[in-house]
Amino acid sequence: MTAADPDLQSFAPRRRFRVGARWLPYLLSLPALLVCIGILIPFGTAVFYSLQRYRLSQPWARQMNWGENYLNFMSDPAFWNTLQVSLTYAGLTVSLELLLGLGIAMLLRESNRLNNAISVMLLLPLMTAPALAALMWKLMTNPNFGVLSYGARLIGLEEFKWASDPSTAMLTVVIVDIWVYTPFIMILLLAGLRSLPKQPFEAAALDGVPPLFVFWRITLPMLTPYILTATLFRLLESIQQFDIIYAMTQGGPGDTLTVFQVEAYLNFFQSTNVGRSAALLMILWAITYFLSSIFIKNWLRLRERARGDA
Amino acid sequence: MDHASPMTRWLKGLALTLVVIFFMFPILWIVLMSFQTNETILRMPPSVVFTPTLENYQALITGKLVSSAGVLEIQFMRNLMNSVILSVCSVALSLLLGVPAAYAFARHKFRGSEDIAFTLLSFRFAPPLLVLLPLALYFQDLGLANTYIGLIWVYQLICLPLILWIVRGYFEDISPDVEHAYRLAGHSWFSTFRRIALPLAGPGIAAAGLLAFIFAWNNFVFALVLASADKQPVTVGALAFVTASGIQYGQIAAGIVLSIAPTLALALYAQRYLVEGLSLGAVKG
Repeated sequence: MTAADPDLQSFAPRRRFRVGARWLPYLLSLPALLVCIGILIPFGTAVFYSLQRYRLSQPWARQMNWGENYLNFMSDPAFWNTLQVSLTYAGLTVSLELLLGLGIAMLLRESNRLNNAISVMLLLPLMTAPALAALMWKLMTNPNFGVLSYGARLIGLEEFKWASDPSTAMLTVVIVDIWVYTPFIMILLLAGLRSLPKQPFEAAALDGVPPLFVFWRITLPMLTPYILTATLFRLLESIQQFDIIYAMTQGGPGDTLTVFQVEAYLNFFQSTNVGRSAALLMILWAITYFLSSIFIKNWLRLRERARGDA
Repeated sequence: MDHASPMTRWLKGLALTLVVIFFMFPILWIVLMSFQTNETILRMPPSVVFTPTLENYQALITGKLVSSAGVLEIQFMRNLMNSVILSVCSVALSLLLGVPAAYAFARHKFRGSEDIAFTLLSFRFAPPLLVLLPLALYFQDLGLANTYIGLIWVYQLICLPLILWIVRGYFEDISPDVEHAYRLAGHSWFSTFRRIALPLAGPGIAAAGLLAFIFAWNNFVFALVLASADKQPVTVGALAFVTASGIQYGQIAAGIVLSIAPTLALALYAQRYLVEGLSLGAVKG
């Protein structure tokens, strides 16, 4: 209610301030805007590159080819691989993190000293740089001395090579992603759970409603806005994941983990194919733009609610 | 919850123990590794019994890394310093630009204000490489390639939306009445902002700043694309470290510990604000 106060401008005192007061907000936000407009220029350039045949190694052959980069994708197995790997990665990480995060939040729901200590502890993986987290897991899964390689051998998996084997590479990076980001979903849902009104639960307890019924019919529906926001947030980041995958395997082995941003990076710096790289990123951008428009709507509703409670 | 059967309580305890082990073990293990020599690390089966050594940290601090190919000069401290410079300066600049803008967005609904605020927010969600790759080419021409200034500018992509949206929420929570009263008493707009609004939103600004610092510190891809060795922060430096051949594993572990320690410490310090910050103000902690 504070910000939307329509009286504000008229309240702004006296004639001699009027002009200043009118331009003030623009003036205040201008520097931040200018810095960001600088960012819009390379964005425009990226669109331009994506419509060009442009290889850094063959600057003489640079020319507009309009939609050719995009059309080529249709018959390019590497592109479909990228799309599939990215969607698999995002789907796996977000669904597993959601299940785990919800489970842990339910376990920690009651606010007591132990639960609070655990929820603070779980923040630590989330605050670890994802690239460094990948390196930590890389050390732990090293075939020579890694404690997890040893662990795999202990449970009878003799030839379990973690990220260096195409069949388990995806699993390995997904585990690292889960390690880093499950706490994100957990703390959001925990905050949501603890902010739910008490009455429905007390009433259900009085009536002796079975806990599973309470969970499906009361807890989950009331928690849905939080779950949606957390999921969309993660989906947006996960489909763009770069740090963990690049630090772990640089997209390998082979093309097992060439998700959008890794593939675009490799296209740019290794095969110096700027046009293809830019076109790939444009497609990723379209996906994230679509997701973020849904996300922002949801997020706004939740934000209104949080402000309302305050 | 209170009258759960012993069986469910026991199961809950077990589940929580597993959760804590899964999330804490990697950190614990890397810290343990950082105090070991290559001999004890390479032992099979792995063991937690060893005589701790500070060799690894010493090697990192002096910049002389022992490897199988002799002593390597790797300036890991330089990476650490770069991380400090980049994160501190980016956050300072973000606060300078973002706090006044946040105040404007919170107090004045001017034409296009929501659109502008959302445009700024959407930067948070666009694929970073989309702007980084063209920038890599531009920076060459502009002379910004591999400079702190260029990097700090690009880091605004992470810090600015965060600060803008969190601080805006804090300003919105403060009733403008006090400010109006102060203005009516004849004080200028600026002194109202400085004496009333800023101190009231102080904790929120501090929290947003800390979070922005953590995100800037943890960033990897910006410096990977735009910086060469002498400007690289720890996230990129550590990777080069792992791929350099023959470096002792304990030293890698020690490098990782030094790189993650600052953000973990800050996270513990600022944990009260993390929920709100991480959700960009959508959820209150």
